[in-house]
Parts: sequence; C-alpha cells; structure tokens
Amino acid sequence: MFSRPKHMEFVGSNILTIVTFTPAAGALLILFYNRAHARSIRTFALIITLLAFVFSLYLVARFDSSNPDFQFGVRVPWMPSLGIDYSMGVDGISLFLILLTTLLTPLAILASSSINDRLREYFIFMLLLESGMIGVFASLDFFLFYVFWEVMLIPMYFLIGVWGGERRIYAAMKFVLYTMIGSVLMLVAIIALYFIHGNATGTFTFSYPQIQSALASGRLVLSPAIELWLFVAFFLAFAIKVPLFPFHTWLPDAHVEAPTAGSVLLAGVLLKMGTYGLVRFSLPLFPHISHLFAPLISMLAVVGIIYGALVAMVQPDMKKLVAYSSVSHLGFIVLGIFSFTIQGLEGAIYQMLNHGISTGALFLLVGVIYDRRHTRLIEEFGGLANRMPVYATFFLIVTLSSIGLPGLNGFVGEFLVLLGTFGVNHIRAAVAALGVILSAVYMLWMYQRVMWGRVENDRNASLADLAGRERAMLVPILIMIFWMGMYSSYFLRPMDASVMKLLNQTQAGRVEYARDLNTFLSAQRRARSASPIGRSLKTRSASPIGRSLKTRSASPIGRSLKSGCAGSQQAGGADEVVRSALHVFAELTTPALQPFLRLRPIGLALRPAVAPPLLCEEGNVLASK
Amino acid sequence: MLWLIPILPLLGAALNGVFGKRLSKTLITSIAVGSVALSFLVAVREFLTMLSLPESQLPILTDYFTWIQAGRFQAQFGFMLDHLSGLMILIVTGVGFLIHVYSAGYMAREEGFYRYFAYLNLFVFFMLTLVLADNYLLMFVGWEGVGLCSYLLIGFWFTRKSAADAGKKAFIVNRVGDFGFILAIMLIYWTFERIDFQGVFSRLGEASDFAVEPLGSVGVLTAIGLLLFLGAAGKSAQFPLYVWLPDAMEGPTPVSALIHAATMVTAGVYMVARSAAIYNHAPGALLVVAVVGAFTAIFAASIGLVQTDIKRVLAYSTVSQLGYMFLACGAGAYAAAMFHLMTHAFFKALLFLAAGSVIHGMGGIQDIRKMGGLRRVMPWTHKTFLVGTLAIAGIPPLAGFFSKDAALWAAWNDANYGKLLWLVGVIAASFTSFYMFRLLILTFYGSPCYTEQDVHHVHESPNSILIPLIVLAACSIVAGFAGVPPVLGGDNHIQQFLTPAAHEAKSESLGTTAVELTLMAISTGAALAGAGLAYLFYVVRPALPERLSVQAHSMYSIMLNKYYVDEIYDSVVVWPVVRMSGEFLWKFVDAFMIDGAVNGIGRLVRGSGAGLRHMQSGYVRTYAGWILLGGVLVIAWFLK
Repeated sequence: MFSRPKHMEFVGSNILTIVTFTPAAGALLILFYNRAHARSIRTFALIITLLAFVFSLYLVARFDSSNPDFQFGVRVPWMPSLGIDYSMGVDGISLFLILLTTLLTPLAILASSSINDRLREYFIFMLLLESGMIGVFASLDFFLFYVFWEVMLIPMYFLIGVWGGERRIYAAMKFVLYTMIGSVLMLVAIIALYFIHGNATGTFTFSYPQIQSALASGRLVLSPAIELWLFVAFFLAFAIKVPLFPFHTWLPDAHVEAPTAGSVLLAGVLLKMGTYGLVRFSLPLFPHISHLFAPLISMLAVVGIIYGALVAMVQPDMKKLVAYSSVSHLGFIVLGIFSFTIQGLEGAIYQMLNHGISTGALFLLVGVIYDRRHTRLIEEFGGLANRMPVYATFFLIVTLSSIGLPGLNGFVGEFLVLLGTFGVNHIRAAVAALGVILSAVYMLWMYQRVMWGRVENDRNASLADLAGRERAMLVPILIMIFWMGMYSSYFLRPMDASVMKLLNQTQAGRVEYARDLNTFLSAQRRARSASPIGRSLKTRSASPIGRSLKTRSASPIGRSLKSGCAGSQQAGGADEVVRSALHVFAELTTPALQPFLRLRPIGLALRPAVAPPLLCEEGNVLASK
Repeated sequence: MLWLIPILPLLGAALNGVFGKRLSKTLITSIAVGSVALSFLVAVREFLTMLSLPESQLPILTDYFTWIQAGRFQAQFGFMLDHLSGLMILIVTGVGFLIHVYSAGYMAREEGFYRYFAYLNLFVFFMLTLVLADNYLLMFVGWEGVGLCSYLLIGFWFTRKSAADAGKKAFIVNRVGDFGFILAIMLIYWTFERIDFQGVFSRLGEASDFAVEPLGSVGVLTAIGLLLFLGAAGKSAQFPLYVWLPDAMEGPTPVSALIHAATMVTAGVYMVARSAAIYNHAPGALLVVAVVGAFTAIFAASIGLVQTDIKRVLAYSTVSQLGYMFLACGAGAYAAAMFHLMTHAFFKALLFLAAGSVIHGMGGIQDIRKMGGLRRVMPWTHKTFLVGTLAIAGIPPLAGFFSKDAALWAAWNDANYGKLLWLVGVIAASFTSFYMFRLLILTFYGSPCYTEQDVHHVHESPNSILIPLIVLAACSIVAGFAGVPPVLGGDNHIQQFLTPAAHEAKSESLGTTAVELTLMAISTGAALAGAGLAYLFYVVRPALPERLSVQAHSMYSIMLNKYYVDEIYDSVVVWPVVRMSGEFLWKFVDAFMIDGAVNGIGRLVRGSGAGLRHMQSGYVRTYAGWILLGGVLVIAWFLK
C-alpha cells in the first residue's frame, strides 16, 4: 500500500478544528475590511461559509458508518490543572447536524441582502454564530461545550437586538434570559458532575467520553437523587432551547423580531441544540431518570405537538405561524427521543435535519416577500401565485415537505417517530398523529390565503418573481427535500451504529439502577400491590411488543418502567402513567431535598460557591458507597 | 419493465412542469397524452405477460431500492403485479388516456394549460404507484400523492375562492382518513413486524402469534381493518367523510371524471380489496364496512334526488355508487366490488365527460333548470349520456346492471343483516334511477329553458371530446359481460379472474337459482320504477315536483341542503377549534398565563430590587438598625 501524503494526514486529524474555526477566522479577517466595501464583505462572508461547507463534506466522505464511536477526534490539553481539554469528535448523531449548519449558513448569508446597516458587524456575528453552532455539535469536553453554547448565544442576541424588527429589544432580552436560566443550571450540573466524577474515580476531568464511560462501566454510580437533580438541570437547559411546551414563549417573539437570516439559523440550527443535548447527554448520562420521566416528557411533547399546531392555525403573522409550527414539529423530535426505540431515535435525528431544512426554507421564503412588502401579515397578501408563479411553486413544495407528504423529507422523520412511539404506547402515537392532520390545516390555510385567490391589494400587483440570488438559495433546499424524502438510507445508515450504541447504553444502565433502587421500590410495590397499577403489571402480553418489553422487565425497576412506558396500552393507561411517574418523582425528591433542609443559613453564606461543594459532598458519600 | 408504467407519466409531468411555459400547446399535449398512451401500452404488455404465467409464479414482485429502514423496520420501493393491480393499471391508464385526450380539447383555451397537464400526469403517476405498491407504506405514498394532485386540480382555478376552499377541504378531510391509514400501518408493523402485503398475509395463518393484548388476535385485526377503513372512507368519500367530494366539483370537469369518479376515489375500495386477507379474519370490521357502504349509498342518493347542479348530482351519485362497492366488500365479495369499480369507472367517467361537453356547449352553465332540449343541438353528447344513464340505472344488459346486481346478491348472502342491506341497496338503486333520468330529461328533453341572450350559440363539442365519449359508451355497454352470473348462462369471468388475488372467503350462491332470479327482477323493477317516476314527474306532469316540494317542504329543504352536514361540521368542529385556539390557547394560555408568568417574574425581580434599594439609604442609623435586626435574628435561631 502507499502512504497518504502528509498534508492529508494533517487535514484528517484536524478537520473538525478547520471546519469549526474557518468561520471564526473569517470573522477576524472581516475586521480588516473597510466598512465602505459592502459588496466585497458580502462576497467574502459567502465564500467563507461555502468553504466551511466544502470542508464539512470531507467529514461525510471519510465517515466510517460501521464505527459507533467518535471519529476525526482531537484531544489537546487546554487547562490541564482543571482537567479541561480541547476535545472534539463526530459520531453518527452529530455528523449531519454539522452538515446542516454548514449548509444553512451560506443560504442565510444569501438571504441577508436587505441588510445595509452596520454590515461588517452583522457578518462578523453571523460567522461567529456558525463557529459556535458547529462547536456545540463537535465538542466532547463539557467545558468546551459550554463555552460554545454560550458563544452561540451572544451573536444571536445581537442579531436580534440590532438588526431585528420593532420589538427587537424585548425579544432579544427574552431570548437571552430564557436561555440563560437554562444554561446556568446546566453549568451548575456540569460542575457538579465534574466533582462527583473526580471524587469517585480520582481523575478530575470535563471529558464527556470519560465521564460517560465511567457511568456506563459502573466506576461511577450516581444516587437516584443526584441523578435526578443533574437530569433536571440539564433537561431544563435543553427543554428551553428546544423549546418544549411550556417553555416555548420566547420562540415566537425571537422569530418574529429576528432578521430573516437570524430566523433561519435560529429555527434551522439553534433549536436543534436542545434536542441534540437530550440525545447526547441526558439519555446516556442519566438513563434511569430519562426512562422514568419518559412518559411525562412524552406527554409534554404530545401537548406541544397539538398545542403548537392549534396556536399556529390562528396566527395572523406568517413568521409567528411558522414559529408555532416549530413548537409542534419539535414536539415530534422529543417524542421520538423518549420512545427509546431505534425507529423513534433515528426518526428524531432525521426530523432534526428535516425541520432545519423545511423551516429554514419557510423563513427564507417569508423573507423574500418581506423584503418586497415589509409586512408579514397574511391578510396583506393574496393571489401571489398570479404574480410570482415560481415563488408559489417553491413555497408549495416546502409547505408539502413541512406537512409531511410522503416522498418528501418530512414524512420519513415523522413516520419513524410515530412508528417508534406506537411500539411503546399506542395512544400517545395516535394523539401525536392528530398533529399531522392539523399541520395540513394551518399550512394549507396559510398557503391558500397568501398564494391563491385574486390580487386584491394593489401593492401586490407589481411584485417581481424570484431573482437569481433567491433561486440560488432555495434550489439546494429543494434538492435536499427530494433527496431526503426518496433516498433516506443515505442519511440513516451512518446513524445506525451510533444510535444502537446509545440505546444499548441506556438499556444497560437500567439494570444497575434496579439494584440501587431495589429497596425503596420494593417498599413501594408492597404498598401498591392492591392498586390497579400493580395488578396490570403482572399481565404480560404474548405479542412482539410484549416480548420486547420482557427484557426490560427482568428487574424491579424494569417492571416499574413497563408501567411507565407500555402499561398505558391498557385502557385509561395514560393517567396511570402520569400518576406512577409523579409518585416515583415524589419518592425521589424527598431524600434529595434533605441536605437542603438540614443546612443552616449561616453555613450557606460562608461558602464561596453554593452548589458544587454541596453536591460534591453529597456525591462523595453516595459515590463511595 | 413494471417501473416504466408509472415513470412515463412522471416524466411527462416533469417535462411539462419545468419547461411547459415555453412549449407550444401541441407539444404539451403530445407529451402529456403520449406518455399516458405509452404507459397504457406497457401496462397491456405487462398484463398479458402476467396472464401467461402460471398461478404459482404470481404475484410478480420487483424491489427497486430500500426507501426507509430503521432497525428491523423496512419499507421497500417495490412493485407487485397480480390480477387485482393488473386490472387497476388497465383502468387507470386506459380511462386516464381517454380523459387526457378529452382534456386536450376541453382545456384548449385555458391559461395554465401546461400546469394542468403536469398535474394530470403527476396524478397518473401517483395513482399507478398506489395500485402497484407491494407494501402499505408505498401505497400510502401514492395515496397521499393522488390527494395532493386532487388538491391542486380542484384548486386549478385558484383565483376563485370557492375552488381554493374546496381544494383545501378535500386535502384536510382526506388527512383525517389518512390518520387512520397511518395508524393502521403502524399497528400492522408492530403486529406482524413487516408491512409488505405478501409478508403480512402469509403470517395471518399463524393466528395465535400476533395476538396483541388486550385485543386478542381477532381484536387487533378488527382494529387494523377499522383503521384502514377510516382511510378508505376518506379517500373514497364514505359517510361521514364524504363532504369533500361534492365540493371537489369546483375543479375542471375532466378532473372530476378522472380523479373524482373513475380512479382516485376508488382507491379506498382497492385498498380494502387488497387487504381482503385481513378483513376475512375481522368480521366486525367487515360488518362496519358493509353498513357504512349501504348507508352511504342511500344517503348520498337521497341528496342527489333534489340537486340542480349537473355535476353535483353526479358527485352524489359517485358517493352513492362507492357505497355499493363497500357494501360488496363488506359482504366479503371483493370481486363484485372490483367489478362494480370497473364498470363504474366507465359509465361515470362517461357521464362526467358528457356533462362536461354540455357545460362546454352551454358556455359554462351547470344548472339543469336552465337547460333542456339539448338533444337536438348536441346529438352525440345526448346519445352517450343516455347510454351512461341506462348503465348506471342498472337497466339490463348494460354494464351497471351486472355489477350492481353482483353487489346486491353478495349483500343478500351476507350472514349479518344481509337482507336488510340488500333492501337498502335496492331502494338506493331506485333513487339512482330516478335522479339520473331526472337529469337526463331536464338536460336533453323538453323545450330549452335558456334564451339566446343567456347562452350564445349552443353547440356540439369537437371530436377530441366526442371520441372519448363514444369509446367510453361502448365500454359501458359491453363491460358488464365480463361478469355475467351463472344463473343467466354466463360463467362470471371477472369473479374467477380476481379470486386468487382477492382472497375471496365465502363460497358463492348460498341462495337458490330461483331466489337469485327473483332478486334480479326486483332490482330491475326498482330501477324501472325510478325511471318511470322521473318520467311522470318531469314529462307527464311537470307541475308535480313543485307541488310536492311545497307540500313536503321541510323534508325537501333538508335534502336540498344536504342534511346540513357541512353546517354541522362547521359549528361542531371547525368553529369551536378555531375559537378555542385563538381565544383560549393563544390569547389566554400563551400570552396571559405563560408569558404573564415570565414577565411577572421579571417584574417581581425588578420590583423587589427597587424595594430593596431603600435599604441602602446612605444613613448610618439605617445600617445600624439593620445590623441590630440581623444580630437578633441570628441569636434567636441559635437559641431556638
């Protein structure tokens, strides 16, 4: 065999760094531009983002689909005394999310032609945002992850606050405060995890793979209470970002006020941070609590699906309508994640890509007529298909993709999510499927009011159809819509290995958890043996579904999980699920609250940082047990 | 070669859709008509190939690529040709071809000519995908695809609000049905662990293996059957999801003929017949199919009695005839259902196209009260329409007689309420005959009710319109002979032809020959009675209908207003949902509760900050007071 040229090796081992920091480097270079040269700044920003896209194609080309682990890894000590590394890697879960980012950013840059004010700063923020987004998907070190997570927030804050619409300040503040609450909680949880892991194993590190494997191998065991608190902290950060009902109200405001490019990236990529975090961190790190809360979270997801769709239906503003439709679509993603089936998870990841593409495209399309008419109110339009036939056709295809027409991308993800969920709980899937009907209602209704009919409003009479630049930013999206709809294997196969590994991790963790929880659950079972739940647990079905569940029910916790996940196949199971989940929730929170109740105010005041030492002591005790 | 059949129309759609704006009308027509014609020829070839194969080698299966795969779930993009889908591809491409030819003349002066043909070709593609699919999910692709084309074609004249509304309504009501279909697919997967027809049906034998608690094996199959039927009821316009079809008449008339009469609306019947193996194990679901079918047959026919729009009468007639097909399916006679599907495709396409010819000649008028005497002006249209009327009314020996009789005979033989279902069917048959002859008489006979001022030079249509009419008329006359029952000396070819594919469960002819002949006579008598009544009402004593409508006013207005079903849906479903979403969910829950809470926390923080600011007043005495208070509290805590 021949050896690869040296520069190829350099690219191979540093590709992630190159992809991540190309936009940031570009942002740095834009500083040296004269702000008068608007055209060349635009072109330069576009070239940089295209370059990042081309680099990211290397990831796909060299990705090994059979390898479930992180690839293209880099790990360089950053702050060794604290155990912080510059560590990155990509697996089947994050691969296409990076591609999505690098694909959407150039399109967003193309959609920025109406920005003339403070152009240089605008593109600097856009490029920094892209680096931040890629970094979140690529980083394998908690500290690095958190840095990117926050880095991403700042440019978006400015994009909304400076280049946004009328209520931009309110929207930007709301966006930042909502997200900050979540990220601060996450930071606390990350630091807590750092100390707990360090105390238990002796190595203090922020490395995600290391902590994860310590948890998976049993070298680090979290007590139920600790796991619960950590889960809740991470979950809140992610749920706000998703946004999961009822944490969603920042989204419509942020979307409406953001400039077109901001909305595209916000909906296309930023919302995926939340769902990505759930898949990457919540499931493998806290498998037990994830399983326990799955019914509750799924229910929130289902509520979000229906609620988002219903509220979208009555919106007078096109951007707000699309924003609420996002709440509905992201509900599907969360539902898929917490189905713990391969179909549900792969469908959820697929749906992340779909939503990025379809909703990104919808915002681009709304931006097109906003640039022409400076309004987004549906009632201002009507009959646009007469004047802008090409635009109407593009809009129709994207609409159909968004409502999940089979053969286009949206269907594959939605169907797999529903299929996975159906295997776990029929009723949940059926209610979620109602969202599919509603999506047709609100999208087609909007389409009809905007595109069909006669041109009643004189200001619409002379609208120009899509220009070359606008076609250029929409054609890649149309290609993706058809490609992902017809040939899903190309995107699904690279996910297989990583998703299977993830599922195995969450399943394996459950058995150990059973041992820990054995004591109090057995007490609980005795108490409940007379109740209907207890009885229903004893019935076993002979079906494939039932059989697949048997593996889970080998342990006491498995049995309680069965009541959580599958028990509601029986009539009236839905509220049994909630009740049992809340019951366990109450059981778990009581011991967790005890350290707080025991502490005295003075003791609190004397400590420099409140939470980490506190959790650290607690973790010490529990971990050494 | 099977893939060529759907690909050709898709190619036509793509060519016309992308480049159509710059092409001449002749070229657009040749691409559109040519692609369907070629597709028809390939379909005939494939059909003949299939016939030449021995039964053991059927069905012909070809998988092209894996469409979706996740875990053990797998959906192929693959086609399956057996007798059932073979019959369907011939109907779809054959009738489709005729309607393409007709459209070339009918739509000649329309703006968006290329768009029309692109949609129509796309429709043929999806319809062929639907019938050729070898698994439920691919069938669902075609299923939603034809719905999309239906949406686009109903809304073809999108500047008219009524057309745009009708398109949207069709899509959304169909989605309600699709909800059932998609759940059925998932239940099928989690029961059988696969979704391809062959795989699912072959596992049906192992009855104990797929019992899902708490339903049991019969329960789960019944659930699958009912969910599938919900899908079928949406697409095939059965009660209570039929409401979109009459509105769909807003589309161009050839579309009504192709999509809303001959092919797409029969997809539900095809799907039930395809799933016969499942339904045969689910008697409960079959009963529901039969009852809904019979009810829809009589319900829609009764609305058709009083409608005055030529296309709407035909639309309600379609709904009613589809009811017959489901009645036959529900009685387990899938072959009879498919037989009626085929003859109906001919005579209903014929009737719609002839109605289109009338509308074309009248310059767009659709109200039959403004017509009359057209027989002299439009002789060919009249003749073909007459054939269609005789066929649908069930006058022997035209096609409708045999197929409707097969459906009714199957209903009679059904163990559950068979006689009652038969009776409903016979009454509906007399209704059918009445409203069709009423339509015929008011349109073509008597003296003209229009003046030359209203309508300029009423004229017969050009040949591109008349030739398809004549071909379809010929088919409507002879197609019935494919299924002459044994009592009339035939050997029911179509029954034998479809039996292997349709998993016919019941043995034929439970009743005796005499019974069968008597029933046949009764149903023919009912048809004749309906025709006679129409003759009495509209020829002998034309004042009678008016007097009757005054005397039985409430009954008349209920039927004229279609039993107010649309209004009920509006006030029970649409209005409350929109109001709840707007007023409660958005304005109250979202804006007031959640945002109120969020902003409230913000205000609380700011307010408390403003309040606490007073602590730092700058006066030493205030600070001393605070220190004292704090010291007291700390001591109190430790002393407690």
